[in-house]
Amino acid sequence: MTADTGMRAWLLTEEPTSRRHARLAAWYKGWLTLRSNTLAMLGLIVLAFLILVAIFAPLLATHDPFAQDLGQRLLAPGEGGHLFGTDNLGRDIYSRLLYGARISLYIVLLVVMVAPVVGLIVGTVAGYAGGWIDIVLMRVTDIFLAFPRLILALAFVAALGAGIENAVLAISLTAWPPYARIARAETLTIRHADYIHAIRLQGAGPLRVVTRHIWPLCISSLVIRVTLDMAGIILTAAALGFLGLGAQPPSPEWGAMISDGRQYILDSWWVATIPGIAIFTISLAFNLLGDGLRDVLDPKDDNS
Amino acid sequence: MNAIDISNLDVWFGSGADRADAVRDVSFKVADGESFGLVGESGSGKSTILRAIAGLVPTWSGEMTVAGETLGVRRSKAFYRKVQMVFQDPYASLHPRQSVDRVLSETMGLHGVTDIDKRIGRLLDDVGLGPGFRFRYPHQLSGGQRQRVAIARGLACEPSILLLDEPTSALDVSVQGEILNLLTDLRQEHKLTYVMVSHDLGVVGHLCERIGVMKEGRFVEVLAVDEMRRLEAREPYTRHLLESSINSIR
Repeated sequence: MTADTGMRAWLLTEEPTSRRHARLAAWYKGWLTLRSNTLAMLGLIVLAFLILVAIFAPLLATHDPFAQDLGQRLLAPGEGGHLFGTDNLGRDIYSRLLYGARISLYIVLLVVMVAPVVGLIVGTVAGYAGGWIDIVLMRVTDIFLAFPRLILALAFVAALGAGIENAVLAISLTAWPPYARIARAETLTIRHADYIHAIRLQGAGPLRVVTRHIWPLCISSLVIRVTLDMAGIILTAAALGFLGLGAQPPSPEWGAMISDGRQYILDSWWVATIPGIAIFTISLAFNLLGDGLRDVLDPKDDNS
Repeated sequence: MNAIDISNLDVWFGSGADRADAVRDVSFKVADGESFGLVGESGSGKSTILRAIAGLVPTWSGEMTVAGETLGVRRSKAFYRKVQMVFQDPYASLHPRQSVDRVLSETMGLHGVTDIDKRIGRLLDDVGLGPGFRFRYPHQLSGGQRQRVAIARGLACEPSILLLDEPTSALDVSVQGEILNLLTDLRQEHKLTYVMVSHDLGVVGHLCERIGVMKEGRFVEVLAVDEMRRLEAREPYTRHLLESSINSIR
């Protein structure tokens, strides 16, 4: 107990004694802010749960997600040992849901690694450089924004070939313009700040200013936007799957599962509803977490 | 030798019909180790002169020789080792995500200082902050403490000239005195040349030997602080400025 309170005091000190100590203390305070936000914690717990489910899917599944049994098709939830029932080919929906979590998280991870990064680079470079570089980059952004997102993604997938990876790439390529806009807007407010002038007066070049001083301040609003966009990303992936250009059958992608269940929605509601609830849950969890992260990452309203 | 020699300086913003002339035909010299004050109303162009010297305003013409270097549009790295600037608002001049340690070590790293660890301790000591402040973030500091950090950053590369842009105007009166005394002490200790902008004649009188009075981008007159104290201004505008600042004290 004393060790615990000692650790706590060490982390909450106003006078850290080393770089590592200061960083750990800042993280701990951020964690405390996040923890005090009940809804954000709920989102975090749900996401952690989903990640665990995705990792341990083979252990948790009761059936093979691909095994068809036409004699057992469209069983209601609870019937014949199927927790969430079966779909039109007699596959266990519960097991497919578990394996589908892997695909959803995979999609989210890949998009997160591409779209915000591209947006951040384009936006901050345009905002900081100004002049013709800004004009060129922002007009390119406008062109991407002017296309309906799904149509552009369709065009990319058609060119690259169907499949999850290409769908993700297509979504990323169509998702970056809003991030570029946000990053540019943030950069424009930051670039004339005195602390940017101050580092320029130390002889820092544009590359250092953008990457070391502007990026850290843009990242918080991008992270929030990303978590709020997750739902849309998952749904776009589902829409591509529905059109036959995303996840290919028999892959248990949640969006594809919904479109499979569409034909039976009147007499077998669970086929479309169960994956729908899963998408709703993961989207809600991301949104709640995004809201909580804003409180943690925004240094401007620190009321200590 | 003159630390700063400026002649016929014009600074403008915008171009064509939108062009606004902020500084017109300004010439002055600051000797080595001298402290020169620039006073005037807000918008009279005094801060703009500092920013032009520091290289933050590219649109200027005239001749500027600072620390033996004739200035062009770009500033060399060597220039920034000799000339540093302290900004007006300590709440805006420190990066909100960087600890004091990070600010000072990055500054020293850019100037190629090697024994950073030892130097930071000494620097914080110099500006009256203990080692306990080293790993704090700006939001954990008061206005006066932030300004001390900003001054420490300015001194990190051991410059010979410090440009001070109203370094106390954003602070409480009691803290203003502390910062002014600190600046006085540092100047003696490090043999610094100051160019200080202020709208407060009391602050300038405390720190500077000569002051240039500005109005609408031009110098009205340059007078010694002793003359100012004796209210011996030649120009009616300067007299008006002196009288109004005396009235505000009474």
